[in-house]
Amino acid sequence: MEIPGIVGAGLIVIGAGIGIGRIGGQAMDAIARQPEASGKIQTAMLIAAALIEGIGFAALFAS
Amino acid sequence: MQKHTVVKILLIFSLVFTTGNLFAKESEKKENEGEGGLKERIKEFIDHHLQDSYDFTLFSDEEANKHYGFPLPVILWDNGLKVFSSSKFHHGETVAEVDGNYYKLYHSKIYKTDASGTINYDEDHHATNAKPLDFSITKNVVSMLLISLLMFFMFRSLAKSYKKNNGIPTGVGRFLEPLVLFIRDDIAIPNIGEHKYKKYMSFLLTVFFFIWFLNLLGMTPLGVNVTGNIAVTFALALIVFLITNLTANKNYWGHIFWMPGVPTFMKVVLAPIELLGVFIKPFSLMIRLYANMTAGHVVLMSIIGMIFLFKNWIGGPLSFGLAFALSILELLVAALQAYIFTMLSALYFGMANEEAHH
Repeated sequence: MEIPGIVGAGLIVIGAGIGIGRIGGQAMDAIARQPEASGKIQTAMLIAAALIEGIGFAALFAS
Repeated sequence: MQKHTVVKILLIFSLVFTTGNLFAKESEKKENEGEGGLKERIKEFIDHHLQDSYDFTLFSDEEANKHYGFPLPVILWDNGLKVFSSSKFHHGETVAEVDGNYYKLYHSKIYKTDASGTINYDEDHHATNAKPLDFSITKNVVSMLLISLLMFFMFRSLAKSYKKNNGIPTGVGRFLEPLVLFIRDDIAIPNIGEHKYKKYMSFLLTVFFFIWFLNLLGMTPLGVNVTGNIAVTFALALIVFLITNLTANKNYWGHIFWMPGVPTFMKVVLAPIELLGVFIKPFSLMIRLYANMTAGHVVLMSIIGMIFLFKNWIGGPLSFGLAFALSILELLVAALQAYIFTMLSALYFGMANEEAHH
């Protein structure tokens, strides 16, 4: 049985969603603990989220 | 007080952008066919919007088959320079004759044909006609020129106001100065370093405002989609790639080909991976911007298209509300993507300039 590529893309998007969710959640935690470092945390969070997003889009285009 | 004005301005901006978007597309999709045909036509419309075009169509009257807008110059290199107006194509319906050569628009691309405009196909239904080299001023090129001019005058007035007013900006400069400072203090200096950030500032500022303004232009009813065009993002990423690698120091290349501080066997394994990374970094920049903007446009237009699929009192307002919310999100994404692109470029420049630490 052949599995269509779009299923794989869906799986990757789920993974990317979990990843971005975790990054967001952990950043919230970190900001709550150390509000004075919120600027640095935000920057790092955005970079990590952007990198994961790249993988998600790559999957969408490959499917 | 100031906070209130900022909120008001933002609100007005988002209202103008979103409602403008809706009206522009609403007028073009009035339609009374069956549902299947309507879906197809919405899809076609979205596809058409995502592509570049040879004329600047503002809106069209589908029933009368009339397009309102203005033609743009087509510049071809086909045994000599051929310059003519895109109005000769009549939106792809007729063959344009220039100095005894015939050209036809087929799927938004120019092909050379015979006098009757025959397109030959291979077995996969791709056109096999000759394609002349195309340097046309298309819709995307016009938009980019427009934004470049706008940026030129905005930043000139900022520079001028510094001179006139003892270093205090006036007018549009008051809006631009905090952004310029933000890019310097929060993007360039932390990522590149105190000593070397200056030579990259011009590029970072240009690329940030260029992408941001183009993204915002994509939200207007003009219906341009420049940053959602992979050729544009490819060019931007290529510039980042060239700057990174041409200004890199010895330490950067050392980390790629002969990673210090790991066993010799690992050095050999790591070299190809690191070399691949040199190309993947700008490639991901290209894909990220392109995919984000394309996805935003597609989703927004699909939701607007739902108004015409539902055609009832619940679906219409629901789609409208969704489109409104999404447009506001897209305003955020427009700024965020410009920020991410600039941020990652600065990060790569910083990597290329890192000094060896012993």
